[in-house]
Amino acid sequence: MTMLPEPSAIKLGLVIDLDICVGCQACVVNCKEWNTAGYGAPLADSDAYGEAPSGAWLNRVHAYEAGDGGDSRTVHFPKSCLHCEEAPCVTVCPTGASFKRAEDGIVLVNEDWCIGCGLCAWSCPYGARELDPAEGVMKKCTLCVDRIYNDNLPEEDRVPACVRTCPTNARHFGDLGDPNSEVSLMVAARDGIDLMPEQGTKPVNKYLPPRPRRAADEAPVSLVAMAEADTPKGFWKWVDSTLDRLG
Amino acid sequence: MRPAWSIIFFTTISGLGLGLAGWIVIGLLPLMTPASVMGVGIATLALIGVGLISSTFHLGHPERAWRALSQWRSSWLSREGVLAVIVMAGLAGWFAVAYRGGYVPFWANLVLLGLIYVTVYATSMIYASLKTVARWHHPLTPVCYLMFAAAGGLLAVLAVLAILRLPITAALAQAAIVLMLSAWGVKLAWWRVAGMAPQAGSIESATGLGALGAVRPLMPPHTEENYLQHEMGFVVARKHADKLRMIALLLGGAIPVLILVLAPASAGALAVAVLAHVAGMFVERWLFFAEAKHVVTLYYGETA
Repeated sequence: MTMLPEPSAIKLGLVIDLDICVGCQACVVNCKEWNTAGYGAPLADSDAYGEAPSGAWLNRVHAYEAGDGGDSRTVHFPKSCLHCEEAPCVTVCPTGASFKRAEDGIVLVNEDWCIGCGLCAWSCPYGARELDPAEGVMKKCTLCVDRIYNDNLPEEDRVPACVRTCPTNARHFGDLGDPNSEVSLMVAARDGIDLMPEQGTKPVNKYLPPRPRRAADEAPVSLVAMAEADTPKGFWKWVDSTLDRLG
Repeated sequence: MRPAWSIIFFTTISGLGLGLAGWIVIGLLPLMTPASVMGVGIATLALIGVGLISSTFHLGHPERAWRALSQWRSSWLSREGVLAVIVMAGLAGWFAVAYRGGYVPFWANLVLLGLIYVTVYATSMIYASLKTVARWHHPLTPVCYLMFAAAGGLLAVLAVLAILRLPITAALAQAAIVLMLSAWGVKLAWWRVAGMAPQAGSIESATGLGALGAVRPLMPPHTEENYLQHEMGFVVARKHADKLRMIALLLGGAIPVLILVLAPASAGALAVAVLAHVAGMFVERWLFFAEAKHVVTLYYGETA
């Protein structure tokens, strides 16, 4: 069914902290690892060890430079499906393979119905969907639907693979439909943003922009001054005063 | 956007077949003998059908294509499929009635004509409805598709008339010229207005980092070209866009119009006109895809 359901009360999604992400690519790798053995067909590669390796990935980390001069900074930028409320990838699907779950808002692909026409990938402004080179069906982030509800896993593992693996805690998973959830409070406190709001997709996933620099107007701290203690103590005080006296 | 040959073939050939069918059902092509009904009927349905079948060649799972008929409530691609099937069934019925020497009621012809052009409209809306491709997301896009179906169809009607040795009135030849010139007029306007449309948004809005200042890509998320760049970042055509536009215009518009002016009754010349038009439309459709920019390329450093 590719009509969008009524907006669900529960909106599961990710909050990605651009201030913290160090671009280590661990989430990319763990996503590939989990999803090649999880929901649906394996996440294939083509020519993996050859001249032009390629493959389907559900999470990719870009890096950008933002700003100019002394205040410019490097921002690592993970990008995966944003599980949009107004998901264009769902309504364009001709077969009903692409759907948004009414109960928690997760956007999924029924791989048994997908004809691999690629129109959903064309309709997504974020590049969240990639056609599997081996299976010929569309792959996308499932929000690790096979982890988050999986009673066979220890409770701390019932989060998406990318969130579980992030060594810096830059990725958070939760219910963005609940204004009092941890993720919603984080978004409120840090003025979380939507990507490409002009596309009208109403993404559920939010990004926390890099924090403003502390005291950006102050002169940079001198490392030389930090290394030199201004009033020596003990033995060095005696050396200092003795050398002073020698003139 | 990467131009898939199967899609280019589909929109061009099916579009021509539908345009031809539209003129046939309103009686512009008087089919007097059962043999001519049979011949023209098969040719028309073959054009539409072959185009539709070719459109399934780019699918990952062509054997599941029938599933694409299910989501007509939300998907233009699905609507296109459903309408095409209805139109082909309707046309098969129409030719069957004509073959037996019967008459199709006036209202049924009008309904069929309407369905034919709604089908062409649905084809165009598969692309025009995508907000992510600013150059397609324009009201002139469907107008181009509709005009080319009508103009190409009328040109084909003239060719069939000449082949069947039926008279071609001066008014009909003039109408074909006017329609062809109008269709290319709309296309030229599309190239100026929609075809140059800048992307909605920027790398700053795409990344949400605009508050920090100008944003530049530093590192791509992978070492090789990925599916997104392969599918959405096609750049080959842009280098030769001006030349290719001229070729499309020459083959698709100028040569057919010249033939319509100089030899409007010659079967051979009109057949050449149809072939030139189809060749020109291939180039036009190829450019339609190849020149389109997808908004996701902003993440990869594409500007405007």
